[in-house]
Amino acid sequence: MSTDTLLSFEESLEKFDPAMGLEVHVELNTNTKMFCGCPAVFGGEPNSQVCPTCLGLPGAMPVVNAKAVESAMRIGLALNCEIAEWCRFARKNYFYPDMPKNFQTSQYDEPIAFEGYLDVELEGGEIVRVEIERAHMEEDTGKSLHVGGATGRIHGADHSLVDYNRAGIPLIEIVTKPIMGSREKAPEVAKAYVAQLRELIVALGVSDARMDQGSIRADVNLSLAPVGTGSLGTRTETKNVNSLRSVERAVRYEMQRHAAILDGGGSILQETRHWHEDTGVTTSGRPKSDADDYRYFPEPDLVPVAPSREWVEELKGTLPELPREKRGRLQKEWGFSDLEMRDTVGAGALGLVEETIAAGASPQSARKWWLSELARRANDSGQEIADLGVTPADVAAVQALVDAGSLNDKLARQVFDGLIAGEGTPAEIVAARGLAIVSDDGALGAAVDKAIEANPDVADKIRDGKVAAAGALIGAVMKEMRGQADAGRVRELIIEKLT
Amino acid sequence: MTDYLRASAADLVAALEAGETTSVALTELFLDRIEAVDSAVHAFLHVDREGALAQAAASDARRAAGAPASVLDGVPIAVKDVLATEGLPTTCGSKILEGWIPPYDATVVTRLKEAGLPILGKTNMDEFAMGSSTEHSAYGPTRNPWDLDRIPGGSGGGSAAAVAAFEAPLAIGTDTGGSIRQPGAVTGTVGVKPTYGGVSRYGLVAMANSLDQAGPVSRTVLDSALLHEVIGGHDPRDSTSIKEPVGALAEAARQGASGDLSGLRVGVIKELGGEGYQAGVEASFRESLDLLVSAGAELVEVSCPSFVHALAAYYLIMPSEASSNLAKFDAMRYGLRVVPDGDPSAEDVMRASRDAGFGDEVKRRIILGTYALSSGYYDAYYGQAQKVRTLISRDFEAAFEKADVLVSPTAPTTAFKLGEKLDDPLAMYLNDLATIPANLAGVPGISLPSGLASEDGLPAGFQVLAPALADDRLYRVGAALETLLEKKWGGPLLAQAPSLDTGPGGRVGRSAPVSRPPYSTTGEMA
Repeated sequence: MSTDTLLSFEESLEKFDPAMGLEVHVELNTNTKMFCGCPAVFGGEPNSQVCPTCLGLPGAMPVVNAKAVESAMRIGLALNCEIAEWCRFARKNYFYPDMPKNFQTSQYDEPIAFEGYLDVELEGGEIVRVEIERAHMEEDTGKSLHVGGATGRIHGADHSLVDYNRAGIPLIEIVTKPIMGSREKAPEVAKAYVAQLRELIVALGVSDARMDQGSIRADVNLSLAPVGTGSLGTRTETKNVNSLRSVERAVRYEMQRHAAILDGGGSILQETRHWHEDTGVTTSGRPKSDADDYRYFPEPDLVPVAPSREWVEELKGTLPELPREKRGRLQKEWGFSDLEMRDTVGAGALGLVEETIAAGASPQSARKWWLSELARRANDSGQEIADLGVTPADVAAVQALVDAGSLNDKLARQVFDGLIAGEGTPAEIVAARGLAIVSDDGALGAAVDKAIEANPDVADKIRDGKVAAAGALIGAVMKEMRGQADAGRVRELIIEKLT
Repeated sequence: MTDYLRASAADLVAALEAGETTSVALTELFLDRIEAVDSAVHAFLHVDREGALAQAAASDARRAAGAPASVLDGVPIAVKDVLATEGLPTTCGSKILEGWIPPYDATVVTRLKEAGLPILGKTNMDEFAMGSSTEHSAYGPTRNPWDLDRIPGGSGGGSAAAVAAFEAPLAIGTDTGGSIRQPGAVTGTVGVKPTYGGVSRYGLVAMANSLDQAGPVSRTVLDSALLHEVIGGHDPRDSTSIKEPVGALAEAARQGASGDLSGLRVGVIKELGGEGYQAGVEASFRESLDLLVSAGAELVEVSCPSFVHALAAYYLIMPSEASSNLAKFDAMRYGLRVVPDGDPSAEDVMRASRDAGFGDEVKRRIILGTYALSSGYYDAYYGQAQKVRTLISRDFEAAFEKADVLVSPTAPTTAFKLGEKLDDPLAMYLNDLATIPANLAGVPGISLPSGLASEDGLPAGFQVLAPALADDRLYRVGAALETLLEKKWGGPLLAQAPSLDTGPGGRVGRSAPVSRPPYSTTGEMA
């Protein structure tokens, strides 16, 4: 489908420096829409969540959702932005069938938040500061559904249907300044930025932050300039890149595509590009020039938004600890190595480990169970680790039994089997499955005697002072006791009996 | 027996309270009058006989139970077709909205219904309120009851003519640059543009959001005050609506009617008079000033030097906002849809529908506004116009330091002939010279009849402007002047208007016999 010529990634870097600009749209999880009282929820029968205002009926008027303003300010503050003392909404005028008023109520030269940054941590631990130009409030559009034709795209369709349920859902658009100098790490920086912005949004609790459902959407602007010149080339804007992996791939693809064109003496057409998740390529969208004229002007139906400084301070107090800072603090508290910490975060188990420790388990034991045991099981069954049916409290309870000598690791694994199968609490499972360790000297002594009898040569070695040989006898006892013997006490009994 | 047709709304209320008549009887009386004269006047685009009578019956039941919903409960009213009315057509005088029936009521309409005023129908207007003559209605012009060959003013010519022709005791208008006051002036009626934000704009199909304001149309100052109290006040659906309560406006009118204006400083705006103003209009204005002085007012001359730029600023801001407001009329969701031949795209349908659905004046303003907002021109046009607007507000502030109210003729001329200025947009725009500054600054204004111009015997209007939120001053001064003028005339000015008495067949015969009324009715629409 694509006939683009690509230069290899390495060759493109030999000749060009990439510059990126990322525009991320975050759909807020407010109860109601940006400018009316309709529910702002995902799904629903088409056109069931609409009213005169979000349908743009003649005469209807918008009213600003204060909760959305608050969320916008909290995002701005978390991104180290200035919060405007006074700002307005503006109309962005253009015709499109899924836009009820044929203008989008947005913000133009007076965004609610501006001049901030997000420090982004790369795989190797390197920190890259991404400068934020602005975060502004706007409303989402409706959704067009193209019916008929082979592709479901507008070309070749018999007709189109429009669902306005999404029209008017509050969006925050977060725009970076040009990200330059990241060179071969550009794709990784782009992905890490979107990933860590998403984490931040999750920590703030202002959005569902589901990229697969479009509640976070990224547009990737990319341009190349001859290496070392520090200038900015002509950019393309790849729209609606809807997974973290795709962000990385789209940057890489556009770098290689631009490089091939520029290297061949061609020039880049300033345009939007469509990202194709399945084939991993971009295709031409519509031409886009800086002269695109949206005839912005201040929205006359809305009064200016002028958040008091007291409100801003109050919101600063509600900011959660930022994810990266929190990771640093926890790593230190827990004494994890960088690798251990990265694995924990990478497995999506940070919160689970944190809660398990809070429930009483040691950091290393919490990490061990979640990462070595439960992560493997989740992986095997294709589930999210959090969806296994095992809670942090369960893991802490299992570890407490281990610490008390009632379980060993092998038995503990059987308890996890029971937990995943929904057999009850760890204590109930231990009781029901008869998993507790036997440390009663009577029962153990009989098993030890049996083992000595069955392995006279090993017993002789121990009698001769080769205490290290006790392992073989312990193994025999464990086998006899189906793993439920207290291995420490068994050793003591063997040595008592033979020396 | 009282002539209820020509009585004021306040007198109708008194008759209802005294049990002398019923809301149903009054509503029928006005519906019959509409049927009799509206083929000649064409004040209405839609008449809702059934709905109005049902509302009237409900009103009578409330009154019989001793629980009227408001002081105006049972008094019928006409509503300009720019306000959304649930279940009744709302066309804004445009073909592009022909047949559109809103699923919701404008807040003003909700308040009228809650207050118990039966809604007779929807009145004619210039398309999307763009005009000063009602000739730009896609459904044909309204005619001035004083002279059926003349314009009733605009854009709210329908509301003013309906009240002047006794087709309704009250009406709602909207005023963006004078569309309530100028029709009031040329039809010998009263019209008030409240303080911007004083009456909710929710459901008012916007021409220019920062200028539009709905307000009362009536035959007396007190009636406007009573209606203003019903429709005014904060509305959470309109962010620009002001929080302050609407105030004791009827009380101010009653106080003013005593005729004592001692201590009141009346500022005469130097820039609104002289060249371009008809001699008879100015003479009538001067006579009214003399009456104010006789009532104890002190005249001061005030200068508002930026007012000379008001018209230019208005014709940038208004079309800019309008060009964006009217973008929603694209045939995708409601209204006229024209599908061109071939395999048209959505954009082709939009283009064809807008081309067929909008009239010339609307297209002119869309083009003007689109141009003024365009990148590279924005600062020079829209930006400059906003600066002028600030200067005009400052002129008002300075003038209101010297005077409690400001006054001028409402319109430079009396009603002109139909067709006279249709091909000369600039001449048409000049009609609003004296009314536009109030819209740009958001201050309230009233127009009331000041007499007949000597050269043509047609009504002239007297405008009173007050500081924002001081709408009560309009009513006090307006009622005082009205009392003095009516004493001089020996009755209301409208008593001197032609009777429009119905000829044979029960209709005013103008030209060819009319086989059906020029307005639609609810029965027809169903």
